[in-house]
Amino acid sequence: MADVPAAEKTAQSEQILQKTRDERMKRQTRGRKFLQHPEFGALAGVILVFIFFGVTAGDSGMFAPDGVLNWSTVSAQLILIACAAALLMIGGEFDLSVGSMIGFAGMMIAIPMVYFGWSALASTLFAFAGALAVGFLNGWIVVRTRLPSFIVTLASLYILRGLTIALSIVFSNRTIVSGVKEAAGDSIIPALFSGIAFRPLFVWFAEIGVFDKLADGTPAVQGVPAVILWALGLAFIAHVILTRTRVGNWIFAAGGDANAARNVGVPVTRVKIALFMFTAFCATVYATNQIFEFGSAASDRGLLKEFEAIIAAVIGGCLLTGGYGSIVGACFGALIFGVVQMGILFTGVPNDWFRVFLGAMLLTAVLFNNMIRRRVTGER
Amino acid sequence: MAAAEQTHQDRPLIEVKDVTKFFGPVVALTGVSMTVNAREVHCLLGDNGAGKSTLIKTLSGVYQPSEGEIRVEGAPARFTNPRDALDAGVATVFQDLAMIPLLSITRNFFMGREPAKRKGPFAFIDMKHADAVTREEMKKIGIDIRDPQQAVGTLSGGERQCVAIARAVYFGAKVLILDEPTSALGVAQTSMVLKYVRQVRARGLGVIFITHNVRHAYAVGDRFTILNRGKTMGTFAKSEISLDALQTMMAGDKELQDLAELEGTI
Repeated sequence: MADVPAAEKTAQSEQILQKTRDERMKRQTRGRKFLQHPEFGALAGVILVFIFFGVTAGDSGMFAPDGVLNWSTVSAQLILIACAAALLMIGGEFDLSVGSMIGFAGMMIAIPMVYFGWSALASTLFAFAGALAVGFLNGWIVVRTRLPSFIVTLASLYILRGLTIALSIVFSNRTIVSGVKEAAGDSIIPALFSGIAFRPLFVWFAEIGVFDKLADGTPAVQGVPAVILWALGLAFIAHVILTRTRVGNWIFAAGGDANAARNVGVPVTRVKIALFMFTAFCATVYATNQIFEFGSAASDRGLLKEFEAIIAAVIGGCLLTGGYGSIVGACFGALIFGVVQMGILFTGVPNDWFRVFLGAMLLTAVLFNNMIRRRVTGER
Repeated sequence: MAAAEQTHQDRPLIEVKDVTKFFGPVVALTGVSMTVNAREVHCLLGDNGAGKSTLIKTLSGVYQPSEGEIRVEGAPARFTNPRDALDAGVATVFQDLAMIPLLSITRNFFMGREPAKRKGPFAFIDMKHADAVTREEMKKIGIDIRDPQQAVGTLSGGERQCVAIARAVYFGAKVLILDEPTSALGVAQTSMVLKYVRQVRARGLGVIFITHNVRHAYAVGDRFTILNRGKTMGTFAKSEISLDALQTMMAGDKELQDLAELEGTI
């Protein structure tokens, strides 16, 4: 047996494999491989969108360095909350209060800084703590009452948005609290959330002629905005947690079938509450970034962002019923969103068409995802 | 030493003594007693509403008994949740199988008990090991899965049932409670599951096999306990009772008349 040539051996085992292979399994192989990657649909969408705007807006500056910066910043902002929405959706829940949380977190930073004289660090920490508490409460109510998270977080959407407007009026008599930049002074927090990274590198790029220089000699693109780094960092962490850790398996299990998961010992309650807290955390990162970017908190910040986050997650392959989806897909979804939103501006098409496109894209994605789920679970 | 081991083996894995269960005014179980030994398939038979589900949910820690006692290997046990029961070696495969169709076989197999591999301060799932174990365990029961990463939804009902049983066995179950494992299966798949139940018994586990199909029970059972209206009607060894007698016991007097009218057996 030992002196059988290697080639013959593989031929033998191939033969055995052929015999044992079930003829009914064959047709599923390719489809199955495909199904393991929920982000494939979104990847195809990204490629299509890039080809489309490459052709229609190729000479409009959309793919020049500052154009790229433009749509990648918009996409990065959305990635921040889309990743959280995707994790939560895979875990079987929704959070409709993400947009309101962005506005509320902004106020939690701006009001203590501007009106109580808190430092940037103290008020930012306060905002994160407050947001995590709200996320905990959302999750706790959902898990405890077993009400649909849709309804519970719809209530938080109104409560938080109402609080944001009311508190803003109480303190500043307007719906905008400004003066944040001045109040921050020389704290490191603004740089951490809305600074620009790799500045020297980009100066050097301009020197060697990769980018154009502006009239004053500074490069057209000064560096990578912090929001992009935050988005990529959080997306990476979320992706690793989801695909490589036990908690990730628990998220899938909690969303796939919470009861089954509980029966085999998965701490479903803790997982779900943690996901709501993570969503609030990401919304606060988004808010902090905006606060220090604009130097003000406005009570309409983050309006409708909850839907954009959910749309990006669904385009990225997440099922509305939970238990299936990916972070990479959600990032692609957010990228499609950002590229189309900005691309339409570059092509000069009226902005109204953006929503038409978005709706059509969402419908296509949902139909596609639904088909995949049916095929996997064998439903008809 | 040998004698001690002997008594240890003779001791039943599970003893249920006069267990009753009330849900408010509803009496679901009124004094149920049964024992399960190692290397035994103990069939629990009963028609709908006999209390089978309540009894297994009590044994698996979903419910707590109102009165009476459950002993595991001689020691009194009080499970407050399914995890407690699992830790004591009592694993239940419920009808929903605790399987998530969209997740891979491996991820389902290790759900809640994922093998971790440390890298610095972080712990990751050891997916390679998990895949290898899953493939190996499935091969032991004669199911050759080429790709353990394929979704459970692509398996047949019988295969899924076997994955659920294999998972319980792999994670050290001493007693396996199977809740109507054959109720939704065709003939070929039923025989696949029943064969596997025999194999599990040969490995030294005790099996509680819940069913209302007397034929399936008789095919694998060593002893039979019949449950009717929340009470045990008696326990019989296979040598003491025939298939027909078992059928008659289970159906009770009233249904027997109906059966005669149907001109056939069910």
